[in-house]
Amino acid sequence: MVHQVLFIVFGLICVAGAINLLVQRHPISSALSLVVVMASLALIYLLLGAEFVAAIQVIVYAGAIMVLFVFVIMLLNAGAEERTRGSRMALIVGVPGVIILAGTVGWMLVSGSGRLGGVNLVGPSSFGETHAIARLLFKEFLLPFEITSVLILIAIMGAVVLGKREN
Amino acid sequence: MVPLSWYLILSGILFSLGVLGFLLKRNIITIFMSIELMLNAVNLSFVAFANYWHTHPVADKSIVPLSGQVFVFFVMVVAAAEAAVGLAIIIAVFRTRETLNVDRVNLLKL
Repeated sequence: MVHQVLFIVFGLICVAGAINLLVQRHPISSALSLVVVMASLALIYLLLGAEFVAAIQVIVYAGAIMVLFVFVIMLLNAGAEERTRGSRMALIVGVPGVIILAGTVGWMLVSGSGRLGGVNLVGPSSFGETHAIARLLFKEFLLPFEITSVLILIAIMGAVVLGKREN
Repeated sequence: MVPLSWYLILSGILFSLGVLGFLLKRNIITIFMSIELMLNAVNLSFVAFANYWHTHPVADKSIVPLSGQVFVFFVMVVAAAEAAVGLAIIIAVFRTRETLNVDRVNLLKL
């Protein structure tokens, strides 16, 4: 019961933050509402018992990535979004497309809820302990884990090359 | 106890809002943030299914119960790399175009 109330509260905060991201015209307001979405998602991960994921959600997403976004917004001195007419086509295609997408996903979940969605998930338990994830990461997923380090290295070099001022 | 379908519906709503933002917003940084919102929505369903396979184990050895959380880890690594490179591209575009409006950035070359 407590779980359901907490899920509904943080789920509503999540959706409200996401809607606010779309409504706000200034990018810094959008960035701050995205931080709200990510923080409440971290609390939903805690409800699912995934402590490690909740921690890296706050540290990596709400911390590192969003700081990068806010830094770039301030660096470029980004003002309020301009209103243009070019988005008329996107409005015609986008809104019905999103309604169809949300409707299809919702219908599939509701129609399959007898098999899948009616299952109750347990709350905080032994699930998602950090050492279990670490064991999985360094045994079954060792090769992908090592490849991510190469990916990060390439990303660093790409960012340096792209950000370099050309003379 | 919260049903699995609630998590999936929340994930679907967040993903749909991300798609809507991607199609409707004109500011290139806000479009980039919509992509991050979609990645977060997918992460939520990964964690929910990881919990599902943890509480409903099957005899099939090809399903590793905690692998959903490891996938979230990889998604976050890719998102961090993508954010670094993408924001560097945005800075490079802004330097030559002096605008963040995607309607005015209609050439692939800098």
